[in-house]
Amino acid sequence: MHLILFIIFAALCLTGAVNLLFQKQPINSALSLIVVMTSLAVLYLLLGAEFLAAAQVIVYAGAIMVLFTFVVMLLNAGREERTLGSSAYRTVGFPAVAAILAVIATGFMKLQGFGDAGIQDHITSTADLSTVLFTRLLLPFEVTSVLILVAILGSVALARKGDAEGREPR
Amino acid sequence: MTILQFFLWSLLKVIVVTVVLLMAVAYTVLLERKLVGRIQNRWGPSRVGPFGLLQPLVDGAKSFLKEDIIPTAVYRPLYLLAPVIALSCALISIAVVPFGDPSITGPGNFHVFQIADVNIGLLVILGITSIGVYGIALAGWSSNNKYSLLGSLRSSAQLVSYELALGLSLVGVVMRSESLNLDKIVQTQATHGLLSWNLFGGFQFVAFFIYLMAAFAETNRAPFDLPEAESELTAGYHTEYSSMKFAMFFMAEYANMITVGCVATLLFLGGWTSPFGNLLPTPNNIVIRSILPMFWFVIKVFSFLCLYVWVRGTLPRFRYDQLMNYGWRWLMPLAILNIVGTSLWLAYR
Repeated sequence: MHLILFIIFAALCLTGAVNLLFQKQPINSALSLIVVMTSLAVLYLLLGAEFLAAAQVIVYAGAIMVLFTFVVMLLNAGREERTLGSSAYRTVGFPAVAAILAVIATGFMKLQGFGDAGIQDHITSTADLSTVLFTRLLLPFEVTSVLILVAILGSVALARKGDAEGREPR
Repeated sequence: MTILQFFLWSLLKVIVVTVVLLMAVAYTVLLERKLVGRIQNRWGPSRVGPFGLLQPLVDGAKSFLKEDIIPTAVYRPLYLLAPVIALSCALISIAVVPFGDPSITGPGNFHVFQIADVNIGLLVILGITSIGVYGIALAGWSSNNKYSLLGSLRSSAQLVSYELALGLSLVGVVMRSESLNLDKIVQTQATHGLLSWNLFGGFQFVAFFIYLMAAFAETNRAPFDLPEAESELTAGYHTEYSSMKFAMFFMAEYANMITVGCVATLLFLGGWTSPFGNLLPTPNNIVIRSILPMFWFVIKVFSFLCLYVWVRGTLPRFRYDQLMNYGWRWLMPLAILNIVGTSLWLAYR
């Protein structure tokens, strides 16, 4: 049962990702990305990470992608034009991508204890997750939140910059 | 219990709940028209059937039989997809809501009053409602109409802003019951009736207020109904929709109202538990014991819906910048303060 679900949603995820690249309408690409995000959430769920799955849907599919579609709608971006691209990119780009992927993949496969998680019935509860997050991983967790705070402050500072006469914006 | 039995039972539950929900949606529309009528000192619909009770059926038949117009300039795939997304997201989230006492189970320890008992039920509801935004956003964009686009832009900005306050307002409740499971959240409020509800005993009235405001904004209802403000945007995101597609948006809005009412009931008003706690004796009859919790649940959701209509009939619409200021500068800091206050109180207790 788990395997069938995995195959369905992995296929959906990959189809969405490929579709994202081949669509000409920006809004269709954005929608494909939503499909990718939500099917990733199902894959997390199959690995037993229920909180991660829910957070993936709420944060990525529900908030970040809304901003994407919002920008596409606001700029009213039309169909993009297809260019053939430069031949140098095509001759060098594809082998380079393949080589980088191969290096990363071998690196990951050599790592100890990596890729141990299997499709399973066991579900990591939110309580277990938060215990690990707030005891063993407390420092990285707090540092990440400070990073996000810095990003928020930066964006507010950029957005609040007064106009030419130095007037304060409303 | 075999997998086939499980499947059949679940199918039965899904069908029953969907039919009841759709009927509830139809009669919420009638309730709103009646109550708003009374607020404005008139009768509301009263001609079709006794007290106008058949009005929703006639309205449904009307929107079914109307001509379905698809304007030529629309972007067809998304134009057709948008109402489906809106309605299905509105209907799915009811699946994790427990309507009655979970200690009464069917064959094989099977939940009778809840379609799916999920550990993270609350997050599932939040996730599905956050996906529902796309119905409105895509409807406005694909209609290729200025009013629709403006309506859906407003709506997506509004939903993203208020979702934050909504989510933060629920944190206090989750901290008090130490679980995201809706059943457990109800159980923590079950001991002393009214006094142990999160709204009163849990001191979450600030959170309830924030939730109320954010929920009105999330469901695009007055006083936050800017996405469909008639005086400026014709009808907002569903200007170009007619017939059954319009009806689907309409049903989605009311289904969302009911879901929001259910969540408020579960999180703040003690869910299916009796407001009198142990003052009333527990009946021995299994039928009464299973119907009584559902009765309390329905009463609570019904009062919440009446509150919705009351607010709609009384308050004027916000201006757009007021809406944004209110959400970001008042509700969100207030929600964070509430979290800090609740955690201090819980730590001190």
